[in-house]
Amino acid sequence: MIELIVFLPLAGFLAAGLAGQSLGDRGSMLLTSSFVTVSALLSVALFFEVSGNPDAFHTVTLGSWIQSGDLAIDWALRVDTLTAVMLVVVNGVSALVHWYSVGYMAHDPSKPRFFAYLSLFTFAMLMLVTADNLVQMFFGWEGVGLASYLLIGFWYQKPSANAASIKAFVVNRIGDFGYSLGIFATFLLFGSVQFDTIFANVDAVKGTTLDFVGYDVPALTLVALLLFVGAMGKSAQLILHIWLPDAMEGPTPVSALIHAATMVTAGVFLVARMSPLFEAAPDALAVVTVIGAATAFFAATVGLVQNDIKRVIAYSTCSQLGYMFFALGVGAYGAGIFHLFTHAFFKALMFLSAGSVIHALSDEQDMRQMGGLRPHLRTTWALMLVGTLALTGFGIPGLIGFSGFYSKDIVIEAAYAGEVGGSLFAFVMGVAAAFMTSFYSWRLMFMTFENKPRASKDVMSHIHESPMVMLVPLFVLAGGAVFAGFAFQDWFVGDGRLAFWAGSIVQGEHDVVDKAHHVSKWVEWLPTAMMALGLGAAWLFYIRSPQLPGQVAASAKGLYQFLLNKWYFDELYRALIVRPIFALGRLLWIGGDQKTIDGLGPDGVSRTLVAGAKRMRRVQSGYVYHYAFAMLIGVVILVSYIAFYSGGF
Amino acid sequence: MATLTVTPVVAEILLAVGAMALLLVGVYGGKRTLSTVWTGSVALVVLAGAAVLWSSDQAPGVQEAFGGMLLLDGFAVFTKVLIAVGSAGVLVMSRGYLVKRDLDRFEYPVLAVLSTLGMFIMVSATDMLTVYVGLELQSLALYVLAAFARDRARSTEAGLKYFVLGALSSGMLLYGISLVYGFAGSTAFTDIAAIAAGDGAAGNIGLIVGLVFVLAGLAFKISAVPFHMWTPDVYEGAPTSVTAFFSAAPKVASMALFVRIAMGAFDDMIDQWQQVAIFLAVASMVVGTGLALVQTNIKRLLAYSSITHVGYVLAALAAGGEAGREAVIYYMAIYITMTAGAFAVVLCMRQDEKYSEDIADLAGLVKTRPALAVAMGILMISLLGFPPFLGFWAKYTAFLAVVDAGLVWLAVIGMIASVVGGYYYLRVVKLMFFDEPAASFEPQRDRGVKGVILTTAVANSPLSLLLFGPLNTAAANASRAFGL
Repeated sequence: MIELIVFLPLAGFLAAGLAGQSLGDRGSMLLTSSFVTVSALLSVALFFEVSGNPDAFHTVTLGSWIQSGDLAIDWALRVDTLTAVMLVVVNGVSALVHWYSVGYMAHDPSKPRFFAYLSLFTFAMLMLVTADNLVQMFFGWEGVGLASYLLIGFWYQKPSANAASIKAFVVNRIGDFGYSLGIFATFLLFGSVQFDTIFANVDAVKGTTLDFVGYDVPALTLVALLLFVGAMGKSAQLILHIWLPDAMEGPTPVSALIHAATMVTAGVFLVARMSPLFEAAPDALAVVTVIGAATAFFAATVGLVQNDIKRVIAYSTCSQLGYMFFALGVGAYGAGIFHLFTHAFFKALMFLSAGSVIHALSDEQDMRQMGGLRPHLRTTWALMLVGTLALTGFGIPGLIGFSGFYSKDIVIEAAYAGEVGGSLFAFVMGVAAAFMTSFYSWRLMFMTFENKPRASKDVMSHIHESPMVMLVPLFVLAGGAVFAGFAFQDWFVGDGRLAFWAGSIVQGEHDVVDKAHHVSKWVEWLPTAMMALGLGAAWLFYIRSPQLPGQVAASAKGLYQFLLNKWYFDELYRALIVRPIFALGRLLWIGGDQKTIDGLGPDGVSRTLVAGAKRMRRVQSGYVYHYAFAMLIGVVILVSYIAFYSGGF
Repeated sequence: MATLTVTPVVAEILLAVGAMALLLVGVYGGKRTLSTVWTGSVALVVLAGAAVLWSSDQAPGVQEAFGGMLLLDGFAVFTKVLIAVGSAGVLVMSRGYLVKRDLDRFEYPVLAVLSTLGMFIMVSATDMLTVYVGLELQSLALYVLAAFARDRARSTEAGLKYFVLGALSSGMLLYGISLVYGFAGSTAFTDIAAIAAGDGAAGNIGLIVGLVFVLAGLAFKISAVPFHMWTPDVYEGAPTSVTAFFSAAPKVASMALFVRIAMGAFDDMIDQWQQVAIFLAVASMVVGTGLALVQTNIKRLLAYSSITHVGYVLAALAAGGEAGREAVIYYMAIYITMTAGAFAVVLCMRQDEKYSEDIADLAGLVKTRPALAVAMGILMISLLGFPPFLGFWAKYTAFLAVVDAGLVWLAVIGMIASVVGGYYYLRVVKLMFFDEPAASFEPQRDRGVKGVILTTAVANSPLSLLLFGPLNTAAANASRAFGL
């Protein structure tokens, strides 16, 4: 079954990629979408078979990949609860996005290419989550990076899309470099890159140190941090987050699938997968916590003032990924994955609903040009509302709520209960971010759907609700956004969690998740209060007195600009890294290559040769006596030289 | 010396008698017998080639004739067959051109046959006097051929230039011969070799100076720098079919003679002639390559190309010994296919009732005459010496001999020259394949030209992998069977 799940998308990719011409647009779309759908249904079946049933955990070895000395790497598919959860998320969202794209990409001329890329991405992501060793995971890791690059730059005629795809690729390479160093260090430390071997030997290597750039550092902390650098790149955490907002240049279904639900969560998955190793490196966990919390806060602040609807959601994604990471960091791995799980539903829902809005408004993405859409797009509005309620964590503590309510509350409570360094920081940041999440989400709702239309008459006259093929996937996602938290909270983070995870992530009877269930009431109510506060603030700013945002922005101009320009990260990197590298490149290119190597090498030689030839040609005057003279001189030189050489004189 | 042996020289006798007969036919038959004379000439040259093979079968080893003035050894057989093939091949493709240029006269093939006779004598000569006779017979016929378009200034200029400078070189040669005779007391190679092998020969300055003058005279014939100045002018000025003739057989004969004198008569003075050969080789490779870079006329380009190739051959000669000898004749065998083919393509460059010689006119040839462009492309790449084309094996063998002789630096100069030479050969290829068409040539109907182009292009193509083995063996055998 697992083989089918993993390789059906590959088959779809190969068919649409190689034979897209002969299959035709329709054939390619239907083929890839059905393959992924079958894969998704099988994943759900596998999930119910495997989760909570350690006897059903297994690893399918497909063949040997690398054999070199002590290094032995197999192609293998590892199936346990963690994998099963990821399979459902990846294939579920992917299948829905495939079908949604059938409608969304209806006017695009290169549909087979788009669907081939989508399926390629799905395959790579499946390889990533089913890997049983770090190197195969790296294969999937790079595969999703490639697919992401191809899809961000799908509209390659747009220079901005090309720039964004290159930016995403380059920034990810930095993370990947860390990841590969992590693999090397793992092999150095454990003599293997296979998960089971690593986990079995974690205790044995505790306390050993490795030499890293001249310093003796604790080996496990080093390995964990290096792997985390990879996770930071892929999951757009602070410092390496700059590619994610730009990645919104890709088609909206891509943003939903890759840059919200699945690929960006690969880093979260990596840390959860390596939880036995991270658990033994508390310093590394502290770093994960602080970075995650800082990202959650930072991205939320930027999200407050963005005007592009997709960018708001992108920063929201970034912020929510921060939540997941600090959940992992404080040791609540189940909570982190739970938030990943629910987030996949409601964030994909929000992106696809935003896509529906953009589609309806003839590709308008600026919220300042929207407004008053509720009467025209009632279905989309309702769906977006569900997404917003889920994202903001709407619910009544101790009673019931949307999916985000369950996952976010447990994350924040875990941070409060956490004992790792930085837990308190994470709690504070998480609560602050919860307020801002609520504010920017409702701001998005209000700016898009309420008040008077700001779009031109022409656009408003073309406005239309999306077709069914786009709406049905949204209904499914909305179902997930509403019920996933309530339905699965017991398994993921509740009393059933020990049986559910069955050792696929680190769990304990009295671990931080357990403590999180016994925090004071005020902690339990705080996120909900923040949510309500954010809603109220947004209502005040955008419904009650719409002149307020302008006044606030004017009175705190510096802060506003700081946020609007995303804390000037791009500018900082441009000045510190990009410009110097360009300058160095230019120096080596013009000075080193063109002037030195080419100048003295090919160009210089050819210039010298041609100049020399032109001079030599002058001797070829055409006069017989010149020629005769040359011959005589030649013979004189020869005779003198040979006589001298023979010692005759 | 009691008996008169004629078997080793049947080919020469055949050529001499046949040329006279054809001359008579031509003189008395006039225009009516023109075709007979042409056919007869080609047949005669082919027959002579066959006769050489027949003669070599009559007795084992080295055969002598005319009291040791001529000889027939494996080396001579190989080069004579090469000369016969070269002469016949070029004659076959000449007539159509001459007809179009209104130059179709019976003297032309007769002179070519006489020149071939001279070349045969050159490669068989074992005495300075036979050398001179053969060389002059060959040259005089070529002087006339160069000026064959006698009402065209450029052709007569070419003939005259070649004649005047050729006379100067003959003077040097004779002066050298007289010095050698003076210091060695004989004109026979065997006697000279005995003196050269004796004590004190290395210090015998008279003999050395004589050797250098003789080699200088020969260097003119093979157009080695600095005795090459005539080559571009004569190549350009002479009718193209004559130029093609110049570039093939006479080069083989002169080169073979160079080998014969250096390795036969002066084998023990290798220290001296090796220096001469190195000097000529380096100068030819450098100057030939350098000046070819700036040529715009295809015939001049091929002239400089031939100078460069002579440089490579001289480098192989400088390696000395059996390996050097083998590399020389192997190179020459391959070289005549390349040059004859290239000139056959030049013979196709006719438009608006005129023959073009401008390299630029080859632009976009692949669009107008794809087969011709491919053939020329193969020939150019082979001339460049790119593996696995035939020309590569020639260069490979030559440089291998040079390296084995310990002259690594000479091989390096050769390689650099080859790389630089890539520019002007590949420029032709680039023009033909990647530029917009500049001219449209008339379709070539002459079967001789077509045949030569097809044969040489196929031989030089990577199919040469089948050819170079047998050719290499033949050259190696010929080199081993060097009679002096």
